[in-house]
Order: sequence, then structure tokens, then C-alpha cells
Amino acid sequence: MTQLHAPSFPVDLAVVGAGMAGQCAALFASQQGLSVAVLGPVGAWAYASGLFDLLGVHPVDQGTRVENPWEAVRALASDLPHHPYTLVSEQDLRTAFDVLLDAFDQAGYSYVHAPEANSDVITSLGTRKRTYCLPTTMWAGVAALRDRVPCLLVDFEGTKDYCARQIVVNASPAWPDLRSVRVRFPGAEGLSELSPEHLARRLDVPACRERLAEVVAAHVGESRAVGLPPILGFEKPLEALADLERRLGLSVFEVPSTPVSVPGLRVRLAFESCLRKHGVTALADRVTRAQVDPEGGFLLHAGDAESRVVVRARCVLLASGRFLGGGLVADRHRVREALFDLPVHQPGSRVDWHRKDLFDPRGHEVNQAGLQVDEGFRPRGPAGSAAFSTLHAAGSILAHQDWMRMKCGSGLAIATAWGAVRSCLGHASGGKA
Amino acid sequence: MTHRDKGLPRPATRESNEPEPAEPNPKNSPGRGAENRQPEAMTPLSTRVLVIGGGATGTGLARDLALRGVPSILVDQGDLNAGASGANHGLLHSGARYVAGDPESARHCYEEGQILRRLGPHCVEDTNGLFVAVEGDDERYIADFPDLCARCGIPTGALDLAEARALEPAVSPKMIAAYEVPDATVDPFKLSLENMAHACSLGSALLTQTRVVGFDLRDGRITGTRVVDMRSGQERSIVADEVVNAAGAWSGQVAALAGITLEILYSKGTLLITQRRVTQRVVNRLRKPSNADIIVPGGTVSVLGTTSLRVDSLDDIAPTIPEVDTIVSEASILVPALATARILRAYAGVRPLVQQGSASDDRAVSRDLSLFDHRTHGVHNFVTVTGGKLTTFRQMAEKAADVVCDHLGVTEPCRTTVEPLPESSVWTVPGRSPRVWADAADPGDLFLCECEMVPQSAVDRIVEGLRHASRVPTLRDIGLRSRVGKGACQGSFCSLRVLAHLYQQRTVDAPEGLDDLRAFLLERWKGERAILWDTQLRQAELQEAMHCALLGLELERP
Repeated sequence: MTQLHAPSFPVDLAVVGAGMAGQCAALFASQQGLSVAVLGPVGAWAYASGLFDLLGVHPVDQGTRVENPWEAVRALASDLPHHPYTLVSEQDLRTAFDVLLDAFDQAGYSYVHAPEANSDVITSLGTRKRTYCLPTTMWAGVAALRDRVPCLLVDFEGTKDYCARQIVVNASPAWPDLRSVRVRFPGAEGLSELSPEHLARRLDVPACRERLAEVVAAHVGESRAVGLPPILGFEKPLEALADLERRLGLSVFEVPSTPVSVPGLRVRLAFESCLRKHGVTALADRVTRAQVDPEGGFLLHAGDAESRVVVRARCVLLASGRFLGGGLVADRHRVREALFDLPVHQPGSRVDWHRKDLFDPRGHEVNQAGLQVDEGFRPRGPAGSAAFSTLHAAGSILAHQDWMRMKCGSGLAIATAWGAVRSCLGHASGGKA
Repeated sequence: MTHRDKGLPRPATRESNEPEPAEPNPKNSPGRGAENRQPEAMTPLSTRVLVIGGGATGTGLARDLALRGVPSILVDQGDLNAGASGANHGLLHSGARYVAGDPESARHCYEEGQILRRLGPHCVEDTNGLFVAVEGDDERYIADFPDLCARCGIPTGALDLAEARALEPAVSPKMIAAYEVPDATVDPFKLSLENMAHACSLGSALLTQTRVVGFDLRDGRITGTRVVDMRSGQERSIVADEVVNAAGAWSGQVAALAGITLEILYSKGTLLITQRRVTQRVVNRLRKPSNADIIVPGGTVSVLGTTSLRVDSLDDIAPTIPEVDTIVSEASILVPALATARILRAYAGVRPLVQQGSASDDRAVSRDLSLFDHRTHGVHNFVTVTGGKLTTFRQMAEKAADVVCDHLGVTEPCRTTVEPLPESSVWTVPGRSPRVWADAADPGDLFLCECEMVPQSAVDRIVEGLRHASRVPTLRDIGLRSRVGKGACQGSFCSLRVLAHLYQQRTVDAPEGLDDLRAFLLERWKGERAILWDTQLRQAELQEAMHCALLGLELERP
């Protein structure tokens, strides 16, 4: 018997975590010429709405919806001086957004935003969601809501997470010309339960779109726009959108919805396409162990006994997320960082983790827990200085932010990935800088 | 005086198992929704007996009376089992827990357990139980236990340790003694729903969300009871020959409305639910009753508890983090795997304890229940029944009904020891709804709750039942009558799916559905907040990402 050794390969930068922050970091670093590996499971993309928030609510305790996110981000410097946004200049943040959106354009999944302003869309519950950047497939919904355009919302028999009638009932006090219709999805006869991914893949096929357009056209009446659940194509959403709009002669938009969320899965696909182009290695295995490499940098062990991989990385960027992502773990007593056991800023005791009121306008304190970093996005060790010279962190694992209440999840990921990568470039060889 | 048009027994069917309302229903009466107008005077309702409190005792009493031909109206300020009856282990005690301290209760528990197994087997899972001592437990107590049980007529079987381990492999290796006892479990929600459904099929009526706010007293009698509909704010009067206060922890407050002082102490108890069933049998710690010494299986889960804490107020009763930590620490002495088991939820209730030495009624039949005939206080048609245990609810109801019937001059004997409890509702039992679903074999019947496998058809039937009782169904109503919201996701997904379904069916037809959703989630949160670590914390984060980050539920305030 020969002992099989785990394959080991060297990279300039290993990104731990394949969510928004991890994928952005891999994109930014690979564009700068670093060799990059992204490690971590990608299943949670089905939870992502596909909307890119920058800053939707500030101040959180007053529930104030932000009109101009850039102004609000500027205000954080004095209002919330520890917020991770304050570690990135506005110019860098704008550049990072542009770089990402350009890459997505090239990947065939383009995003749109209003100039210097947030936009509102209606959600699958009929509530209003304020965001910054939307996939093109949702963009017509912004104008439809803003101008109260007479609109038909369509859903399908067998999609139990999405009910057009619910949206109409909840939104119609402010948007009276909304109507809903439930139709049978053409070609899905005999199936009682329809998965969004399945429907989206069908709409990649022109013949399916043609039949859907026929079914929907029969109900359009006086409506000037049509809203659908977010299933407008999986790999070819822009083609599907343009085709349906042409066939119906109306603007068509997707309504952002709860999981399983196809727009989230499309973001994952777009990143895969961008990163492949730049030669990034992606491994969907969870990193289970990290060691300091005696020769400098780190050794990361990923996968299980069946498929074990060791990545030798000069720099590591921790974008492993919070509790759901596995970057932070909690037992009954404290919150820990999962991989390096880095110090975690957190409330004194579990009693203070969550408020008594689920919807307490101040948010839950545990959501401000996380890693504290220096100006180079290096997590601080017990002594307060950088724990490791080439370990960086980005995204929701960072302390002093509550992305769910501030509606700043994607912006936080983009901004801090940019900042952390720039810091990596300072000490990773192979970079252009 | 008889309750009009309700005299004839009507069979309970699955489609109409929900208790009938007392007509005319206040929710449909003139003035509802006309918020700017003064509430119009409403016709008083009349009945023979008014029962205040929809817990195990109150619903059991309504059934007992109905079986003796005495119709009643039962009112509750919340819903069925909103108090201690819905916040306990669901343990059908063998009585062995009480053999040392309260042998009379022990005997009653054993007898009542046998009756419920015989007459309401669909509410009972006959699990059997173990009493287990671990290293360090009181050896004298262990040695005395079998004799004390024998004296109360409770059969026990001494097990050698290997046998006990084979029966319950999860029990601690530090076990030093084990006895088998005839414990069982009971679904308290199903029990109260069935009792009430049976009472209603015999002509009684239920008014939920109806709070008693005052009594009209004349010549030593309650001539009218003033109640308020908690949703509409409408006040009305109920005229009854006899009034029974079965309001549990709230019974002191109710008695006070009649000018009677009952010293009720509040003992708060907190319990935990694990995601998986950790033992097949009830496992009791073989020691004097103490914190967290019982592990009770319930379908697919286990319940750990309980703590005991005197509280001064009934407001803001929710499990606390120190209580949860105490239960996890203590229960894991008995079953070590519980130290790291996934806890889905905590819940808390308040046991009413009648202060010793107060105006205690000499007709109180046992120390485990308190029965007050308020004739001793100068009110001649008013009875309070409180205290006791879930296991002995039937007996409490019988004793109270005896007094009520004595007052009314009714001589019919109690029939709850011989009359089977009909089954009408199956949705509260863990693991039952998927079986019903599979039997029906309808592929179009989608699961709205995937954790607990609750199909659309179950929700539809519950809604139908509620509507039959002229109630506007809410997510909380549906949750109480099914497993919706009780699984691993704790309502994150199923609340949205059920709500979407209700909108689609036009059961909900206004934006108030969003308020209902918030109210349901806030209620769930009470039981989640104290157990959020590890996997449930991840779950809570996912919930907040959906409900707040995307849907903005925290922003869209009513």
C-alpha cells in the first residue's frame, strides 16, 4: 500500500469562503495578477436575493431608508466610526463596484443602478425593498413601482414560495393598478411541485419562452408591465428577458424572492465565469484546518478523507462569513472564529446576544460581533496588533456592522474585499503593484 | 335557562371539528371594524355554565358537564392551552415522581393515567418510563423507592444496569440504579382540542380571545359576566346560572373581579425541546423532585425540564438564558449527549400554586388540586378550580363538575371515566401529518412546512374548522393546531409558505396578513432567543437575512 498524499499546490492568495466577499476578492486579486484559489462550499448562493445593497437603512434604530447611499456612507465616518466602510475610501469603493459590474457585464449578467441613488422594488411578500444595484432582469420593476404602472403579476401552480396574489393584496394600497394571475407553467403539466431552478432553466430555451408568452399574453389586458417570480432564465437571463419583452410588447421584470433564489445562483455562475477567465482555482470543499507554513505563509487543509487538498498560500484572505457561513461558531458561552481561533469582538455574555424583541429597531448585538482588523484588513490578535502579517479578512465576518439591518451586505463584501486585496498586494509577490 | 339551539348532540366530523361559537358571534356582529363608532350594545349570551379558562381543566370540565347534559360556554383570553396546559412536559405521570412527598397525588396520577390510556388512547403514547439514579444520588432515596411505589399501588420493575442500558443506550454510564415504571406521554394540545371538540359536539361553545373584565353581582349571585373580544374590543355580557373559574395562573385575578381574594403564587417553569428524540422512554432522575430531572419523548422530539422559579407577575413570561443553561447542565447528567444536542426551542409556563393557610376550602379533595365553592365567600354560583397536574385534569374536572351540578340541582353522574374521548384532530401530533398525507396519496398536496411535513390539506382543514367557528384564522391559530413552526426552521420558511397559501386561498385578503406574520414570528422568538447557539443560531441568522435583510419586516411596522 502506498500512502496517498493530498495534492498540494502553491498560490499567492487563498481565499477562504466562496460567498460575495470571497468571490469579489478572488476577482480583484486575480485581475491584479495574483494566483488565487477560492475554497469553500457554494450552496448558500441559493439564499442570496441577487440584489447588491450598498447602504439601505441609516440610522438603523430610526429605520430611516436611505435615498442616496453614497451620502450615507460618507456619514458613517462620524456616525459609526468603527464600521468597516470607514476603512475604504469612497473612490476605492466606487472603483470596486465599477470593476465588479464590468466583470458581470462581460459574463453576460449585467447589473443596473440609478445614478447616486437607491431604488425600491417590491418583494415576493409585497413589502418594499430598497437597494442599490439590481440585475437587469429586475430593473423594470423599479420604474413600475415608482410610477405605479398598471401591472400584472404572474405566478404558477406549484410554486409554493411565491404567491402573486399576496404581493397584490399587500402592495395595492400604495399601488392600486396591480393584478395577479396564477397560470399553469407550460410544459410542466403533470408536475405538482415546481422548483425555481427548474423553471429558470426551461426559460433558457426559446420554445419554452414562446409558450409562456402565449399563456401570459392572454391575461395582460390593460397592464403595461408584467412581473414574474425570479425564474427568467438561468444561464441566459438577458436573452430570456429581451425575448419575453419583445413577444409581449411590454416591460417585464422579476420580483426578488426568498430561497431558492435563482438570481443568487446566477451571481455564482457569473463569478465562476469571470474567475475561470483569470485562472482562479475554485474548490467547493470547506477548509477544515489552517497551519502556519514554516517556509512562510499558510497551509490550508480542505475537504474530507475522500478528497483532501492542501493549499500552500503566501497570503490568506478570510471571507468565511458569519454563523451561517461557518466563519463564526458559537457555543453556549462564546463566539469563536472557526479556523484560526482569532479573537472575536462580542457582547459580554449570551444574555446580551439577542434582544427580547425579534424586530427591535436597534438590531441584535451579536450581529455586531466579528473580527476587528487593522487598516490593512488584518485581523487583530490578542495583543491588538495584526495576528499574522499575511492574514486578511473581509465581508460579513468583520465586527461593528449589522448588514442585515443596514442593508449593506454586498457593498460591505465588495468594499472590504477590495481593501483586503490591496493590502495583500503589498506583500504578495507576483502582483503588478 | 338553557343554551339556545344547542341542546342536540351533533357528531364531530373532521371537517367541522372546531368548536362552535356562541351565536351571534361577536366578530360578525354589527359594529365590528367601525372603529370610530361607539361599540353598540350586544345581546347578552346565555348559558347554564360559564367556564373561564381553556386549559386542560377548563376544557375537561366543559366536556364533563356536557356529558351530564349541561351545556356551557368556555371563554379564554387567548386560545386553548395558552397557559400552563400548553407549557409542560406532556407527561402522563405514573405517579412515581410523587411517592415520597405526596402519596395521594401519586395514587391519583396512576389511576388517571390508566383511565386516559383506556378512553383517549389517541392522545397517549404509552412509552413506559425509567427512574435512573447516577453516581452521587441519595442512596437512601433509591433504596426506599420501590416500597414507596408499591404502597401507592404503582408497579415498578427493578432493572439491572445492563438491561437498562440496552433499553436506553443514551443514559449516562454513571447510572447506578434503574427502575421501570408505567409512565406515558400525552399531547396536551390534542387533549384540550379533543375535549373541547367533544363538548361542542354536545352543545357547548368556545369563545377564544375573550377576556373576562367584570362580574355583575346581585344578592350574592353573579348575574352577568362582562367579557371583551380581544380583537375587536367589543364588550358583551354572558348570563350563566353558574360560573367556574378555571383560569389557572390567572384565577386569582378572575376571583378578584368578584371581590374574592385568592392567594395564588406563580411558579414559572421552563422546558426545552430537542431536535431529535433522545430516549424511547420517559427518563426520570431517581431523586427528590428537582430542576431538570425529567426527559420526556414526544413523537420525534424530547422535552427536557423543568425549572421552578417564583415570579411576581404573569407579564413577560419567557424562558431565560440562565434557566436554559441550568436545564442543559442538569439533563446532560442523565443523558450526556444532551450537552451538545441541538435544542430547537424553549418555552415557559406558570403553575398556579394556592398559598397554604389562606382561606382554604375544606371541600378541597386533595392537596394536588384546590377547589373553592365561593358560597363560603358569599357568592353562591361561583366556583374556582385551580392547581393540579395535567395527568389528573379529568379528576379535577369531575370534582368541579360535581360541585357545579350540586348547585344546579343536576343529578347526572360523571361519565368521563367510562365514555371514550372521540378523536377529531390529528395535526398536532409529531410525525402524524406525513402519515395522513401518505395515506391520501395526493401528489398535488404540497408540503407547506417541510421540517414537520405539514401539507396544504392539513392547513386547509384547520382553516375550515376555524371558519366553521366563525373565526378569522391566523398563523398562530394554525400553529396551535398543527406542527407548523415547530420544526428545525422554527417558522422561517413555513410561516411565509402558509401565509402565501392563505393569500392564495383568499383566507387572507388584506395587508393585515403581514401583521399576523410578525405576531407569529414574535411568538416563536420568545422560545428561540434563549437557545441561540451553534446550529439554531445559524438558523436564526438565515431567518433574519430573509425576513429583515430582504423582506424588511422590521421596517414595515403597522
